[in-house]
Amino acid sequence: MTLALLIEQLLNGIQFGVMLFLMAAGLTLVFGVMGLINLAHGSLYMIGAFLCASVALATGSFWLGLAASLAGAAAAGAVVEIVVIRRLYDRDHLDQVLATFALILIFSEGTRWVFGSFPLYLDIPQALQGAVALPGGAQYPLYRLSIIIVGVLIAIGLYLLISRTRLGMRIRAGESDREMIGALGVDIRTLYTVVFALGAALAGFAGALVGAIQSVQVGMGEPVLILAFVVIVIGGIGSIKGALIGAILVGVVDTLGRILLPELFGLFMGPSQATSVGSALASMAIYILMAVILALKPQGLFAAGAQ
Amino acid sequence: MSRETVINWVLGLGLLAVPFIALMQGEPFYITLATRVAILALAGVGLNLALGLGGMVSFGHAAFFGIGGYAAGILATHAFNQEPLLAWPLTVSGSSDMLVIWLVAIAICALVALVIGAITLRTSGVYFIMITLAFAQMIYYFAISWPAYGGEDGLSIYVRNGFPGLNTLDPIQFFLICYAVLMACLFISARLRDSRFGAALQVARQNPDRLAATGIAPFNIRLVAFVISAAMTGLAGALFADLNRFVSPSMLSWHVSGEIMIFVILGGVGRLFGPLAGAALFIVMEFYLGGITEHWQLFLGIILLCVVLFVRGGILGIMAGRRVHA
Amino acid sequence: MPDAAPVLELKGLRKSFGALKATDDVSLDVRPGEIHALIGPNGAGKSTLIHQVAGSLTPDGGEVRFNGADISGLTVAQRVRRGLGRTFQVSSVAPEFSALRNVMLSVQSTQGSSFRFFRPVMRDRSLVDAAMDKLALVDLAERANVVAAELSHGERRQLEMAMALALRPKLLLLDEPMAGMGPEGSKNLTGFLDELRNEVPILLVEHDMEAVFSLADRISVLVYGSVIASGSVDDIRANKDVREAYLGGED
Repeated sequence: MTLALLIEQLLNGIQFGVMLFLMAAGLTLVFGVMGLINLAHGSLYMIGAFLCASVALATGSFWLGLAASLAGAAAAGAVVEIVVIRRLYDRDHLDQVLATFALILIFSEGTRWVFGSFPLYLDIPQALQGAVALPGGAQYPLYRLSIIIVGVLIAIGLYLLISRTRLGMRIRAGESDREMIGALGVDIRTLYTVVFALGAALAGFAGALVGAIQSVQVGMGEPVLILAFVVIVIGGIGSIKGALIGAILVGVVDTLGRILLPELFGLFMGPSQATSVGSALASMAIYILMAVILALKPQGLFAAGAQ
Repeated sequence: MSRETVINWVLGLGLLAVPFIALMQGEPFYITLATRVAILALAGVGLNLALGLGGMVSFGHAAFFGIGGYAAGILATHAFNQEPLLAWPLTVSGSSDMLVIWLVAIAICALVALVIGAITLRTSGVYFIMITLAFAQMIYYFAISWPAYGGEDGLSIYVRNGFPGLNTLDPIQFFLICYAVLMACLFISARLRDSRFGAALQVARQNPDRLAATGIAPFNIRLVAFVISAAMTGLAGALFADLNRFVSPSMLSWHVSGEIMIFVILGGVGRLFGPLAGAALFIVMEFYLGGITEHWQLFLGIILLCVVLFVRGGILGIMAGRRVHA
Repeated sequence: MPDAAPVLELKGLRKSFGALKATDDVSLDVRPGEIHALIGPNGAGKSTLIHQVAGSLTPDGGEVRFNGADISGLTVAQRVRRGLGRTFQVSSVAPEFSALRNVMLSVQSTQGSSFRFFRPVMRDRSLVDAAMDKLALVDLAERANVVAAELSHGERRQLEMAMALALRPKLLLLDEPMAGMGPEGSKNLTGFLDELRNEVPILLVEHDMEAVFSLADRISVLVYGSVIASGSVDDIRANKDVREAYLGGED
């Protein structure tokens, strides 16, 4: 294990964490403001990826695809909110889980109907191909580095949006007291639609960015969705800061675990056994992390007083 | 007899009749379908204890379904290959006896549920939903990445496990085993519901502060209910593995958790026979929609969405009216 | 009998939320045969104090002693099992259960473990009869089979009282039992509590001053988290600080 490899994997972990943050931010906002648990958030991620890939394929421009995914996912989010989600705010979590589970079935099967079962592939845009040299002599893909930078910029942007703008003020008011924003004369229905669409856009954006690293296929949103749940549970539901820290934590632990645990077991058992024990444990690492954090802080690291 | 009791009898006897009618009509496939309904309903009966009576929205019951399945698969594989399961410190061999397998499945599920419950039940509401989901995913990924028992490809059971005095390879006899287990668990559920424990459990859902103020700690009650619930769903998993003669991580996937929950909701949360009604409707829809279009899941999603949005109380809610509280 | 050993004893109880001292060095006790009333203006910290006695909040410092033992570390349920019965400010019952089944739950709790899985409770005479007795005691016997959610506000209060009494408590913690009862209901309840004190001592938190003055053996006044006065009804009536706190505190 060289230092260069370690740095590379650490960056991969952060990049993964940034993606998770884009997902988790929307989930945690929607829960914090509307009290809604949305399983279909992963579908918006998938929609973003499919839009980006198909538009890029048709026009030859990744950037157009990216814009399409942002706009498309936001629009899809707004439509879903108006048609379905709106009816769920007053329901219990059980109904929310089932209805959004049904939405997943609809979105996944609908996408399969339109695009078929074969995965799409999205190329990394020309400008972001290539690699940068890291200290220690390793090369790191420019595209992944860009994702990290974009993710950090979005995190800062979200922070500013929520702490400095009128919209942010309303969101915070909605988190602390749902009746209060009504009293402030804010149009709650519109606010909810905007928040939901914002979360959807972030998820779609994440899907588009990842589409160039992985294959774009039906069901791609589900593993990410569940990891995003782990993230917001760790970070504290409703907290953007918690989502960021939780996401980076999960991304790094997961990525490094997959590299380091097999090596660790290799110190005292045979290589093939070490690989299987190590990788099996690595696949559980973040859940163990979550269990430990919950045992210590049942409301997550930065509980926002939600619940 | 209340209307719900009548419906329960119709459901129970109806399921029993299906395989025999199928046999007479020369359509043995329907026997398998009825067996599926019985097993999946059993998984739902398990969840219904936690969800319906105790108000614990577990989104991770696939974990127990899958563990039960793997218990059957692993024991059968070792028995088939005549390899001991454990050679040291004491020899434990595999088994192809369903009774042994069921006991093992129940014991392991109970143990896992005890650990998962002890952590997750410290939380409530949406945290509980997400964390049960996360733990089930953990077991799912473990099953995928652990190569000894087939990893992602799963594990075949070459000969269906046996039951003393019966020929399990005969579809009707296997159906009757599953049906009997389902009815036994329904009976246990009914007794549980009406018992002291059941009273405490239902109050843990309705008003946990009241339960505590009565001197009964909600956590302990919930934990025990969660364990019993997991054991029943695990038993269903063991039967399901024997039905398909195959176990794979897909039994552990979160879609399965969602589906078990759908059985319960479709039928009517907290209704004794709700999971049977829900599972039957689900399988019938799957079967008929699947015959019409390969994109049946799309329509299933739409139907499910409409049920959640517009139909409160599930099938039994519509047919039997408001629940009667003793 | 002011000299008997106290049933409940709070010693130097403290609880803060951030900078707010919700409970500031509170000490008081409840002795056998007495009703000790706790009064104070809104926001004085009565609820916070009740929570700490009941066990749903952990104090930052101090002790809650019950029958001579420190129970500060016990959970709500453990305290109830030791004999600390209570009613809530907003009636807390199992809404989907009948009045009878609500009370049966309390009876069941006094009979030992609830981990009995097989015998139907409704066929258990020991539960049903004891519960009916308590319902009759609070005048709710004819309503035994009505679902709690469908009882009137006053009836739910009566039900809660039956549930608390069925626990055979050694102390009752009553949180504003008169609230929303109407003049008739309050009068009945006052008479009921007056008799009850001989069976079980009561810590009574109440806004209805008429009821407090007619019932209490002793009164403690809580203002900004601390007890500013404690004594007999006459002492409190005459106390200057109390008058000020009430006249100044009320909007």
